[in-house]
Amino acid sequence: MDTLVDILLLAFIAICAIAILRLRDLFAAVMMFGLFSLIAAGLFTTMHAPDVAFTEAAVGAGISTILILATLSQTARREKSQVGRNVILPLVVVWVTGAALIYGTVDLPVFGDPAAAAHQHVAPYYINESPHQIGIPNMVAAVLASYRAYDTLGEVVVVFAALIGVIALLGLRRRPEGVESGPLTLDHHQVLKVVARLVVPVILLFALYVQFHGEYSPGGGFQAGVLFAAGIILYALVFGLKSARQVIPPRLLGRLPAAGVLIFGGTGLLTMALGGNYLDYNVLAEHPPTAQQIGIIMVEIGVGVTVASVMLLIYFIFAERGMRRRPGNDAGGEAGR
Amino acid sequence: MSFFAHYNYHIAIILAMIGFYTMISRTNLVKKIIGLNVFQVSVFILFISIGVLEGGTVPILREGYELYSNPLPHVLILTAIVVGVAMTALALALAIRIHEAYGTVEEDEIHAQDDEPGAQ
Amino acid sequence: MALLIDLLSWALILTGGAFGIIGGIGLLRLPDFFSRIHAASLTDSMCAPCIIAGLMLQSGLTLVTVKLAFLIGFLFLTSPTASHALAKAALHGGLKPGKCHSPAEARPD
Repeated sequence: MDTLVDILLLAFIAICAIAILRLRDLFAAVMMFGLFSLIAAGLFTTMHAPDVAFTEAAVGAGISTILILATLSQTARREKSQVGRNVILPLVVVWVTGAALIYGTVDLPVFGDPAAAAHQHVAPYYINESPHQIGIPNMVAAVLASYRAYDTLGEVVVVFAALIGVIALLGLRRRPEGVESGPLTLDHHQVLKVVARLVVPVILLFALYVQFHGEYSPGGGFQAGVLFAAGIILYALVFGLKSARQVIPPRLLGRLPAAGVLIFGGTGLLTMALGGNYLDYNVLAEHPPTAQQIGIIMVEIGVGVTVASVMLLIYFIFAERGMRRRPGNDAGGEAGR
Repeated sequence: MSFFAHYNYHIAIILAMIGFYTMISRTNLVKKIIGLNVFQVSVFILFISIGVLEGGTVPILREGYELYSNPLPHVLILTAIVVGVAMTALALALAIRIHEAYGTVEEDEIHAQDDEPGAQ
Repeated sequence: MALLIDLLSWALILTGGAFGIIGGIGLLRLPDFFSRIHAASLTDSMCAPCIIAGLMLQSGLTLVTVKLAFLIGFLFLTSPTASHALAKAALHGGLKPGKCHSPAEARPD
C-alpha cells in the first residue's frame, strides 16, 4: 500500500511539473508550483521524512510562492509567446542528459534495499550512538545540530548572506512618510480580518512549539523560523504592511539576523573558551548528554531567530519595493491582486 | 516489482529534466527561476529516496521500533531546502532590478537592448 | 463493538473519498467560475473532515485523536475563508456570476 501511494504521488508530481512548464500565465504557474511543493511534501512524508516534509511545505508552498507572487506584481504577468522559437537544441540537450542519467540509475541499488551503500558506515553509527551520546529522540535534530553542526553553521551564514544580497539589490530604506497606504478598512473584508485574528496567534504559538519540541518530534529551528515568518506575513497581507512592520520594531528586526548568527557562532566560541574545540558541546556541562542538549538548544535558537527574521525582512523589502513603485495602492500591494 | 525498483529515481530524473528544460528554453526570467525550483525539488526527492529503508520508519526514537530510515539525507536536504529559498529570493531580487533597468524580463528583449549601439 | 467502529470508520473514509471525486468532477464540468468554487469548497468541507473523522475512529482514544480533532477545526476555519477570498477577488476583478462558455470569454481583460 505504501508503494501504491508512492507511485501515484510521483505520477501526480510529474504531471504537475509538465503543467508548470506549459502554462504561460505566470500567476497560474506559481499556483501550480505551490501544488507541486505540497505533493512533494506528501512524498517526503511517505518516504519517512516528516522533518523534510514540514520544511518543504512551509518553504515551498509558503515563502517561495509569496516571494514569486511579489515579484510577478512588479514584472510581467504573462510569459511571451514561445511560438516560432527554435527548441531543437534544448530538447536534444535535455533528452541526452536524461538518457545518460537514467542509464546511470541501472546500477543504483533497489529502492529501500537494506544492503545499499547509503545505509552502511555513517548512518548506523548515528542511529546506534545518538541515544547514548546525545539522548534526544529526534535523530535528525541530533545529527543537524551536533554531529553536523558545521554544515548548519554554514547554512545559517548562507541565509544571512542572501539577506545582505537582497538588501544590496533592493535597499532597506523606508519609503518617505508622504506615500502611506492604509490597511484593508472596507467592511466587506471582515471575514478575512476575523479569521486572520483567530489564526495568526495560533500560528505563532505553533512556531514556538516546533522550535522547542523539535528534539522530540519533527521540527527544529528552520521550521519554526519559517512558520513564524509565515504568521507575520499573513498578518501583513490582511492588516497592511504598516501594521505588520510595527509588530517587531524595525530597528530590532534589522539586527536580529546578525544576532542569530552570533548566537550560533558564539556557542562555538564559548566552547572554545571553556577548553574544548569549536562547537564541542561536551564541555558545557558535567554529563555529556546534558551538555549536548544545552548546546543543541542554543544553536537551534540561533537558527530559528536568523531564519525567521531573514524571511520576514526579505518579504518586507519585496513588498515595500512594489508599493514604492505604485503609491496609493491598497495594503499589501502585491500578490497579484 | 522489478519495474518499480528504480521508479523513484526515474521520476526524479524526469522532473529534473523538466525543470532543466524550463530553465534553458523559456525566455521569461521568472519562469526560469520557477524551473530552477522544480529542479531543486527533484534532487531532494532523489536524495530522500536513497535514504529510505524498507521496513524502516521515521528516524525518531520510539518504543517498539527497531529499524529506522537513514537520517543523514534528511539533514542534508533540510539544509538544501533553506539554502534554495535563500537563492530564490536573491534571484527574484535580481529579476526585479533587471525589470526596473530594462523595462522587461524577457531574455531576448534584454539582449536586444544590450546589443543596440550606444547602450553601455 | 470494535467491528462496528471499524466499519463506521471505513464508511466515513470511503464517503470522504466519494465527496472528493464529486468535487473534482464538479470542478471540471461546471460552467461558471463561481459554481466551480462551490464544487472545490465541497472538497474542503466534506471530503477532508469525513476522512479525518474516519481516521479518528481508527485511532481510538489517544493523543492522535485530539490532534486530528484540532485539524478538523482548523480546516473548517481556514478552507471556507480561502474560497471566500477567491470569490471576493474574482468579483473585485470584474468577473460576474453567470454562464460563460469558455475561459476566454470569462476574462475581462
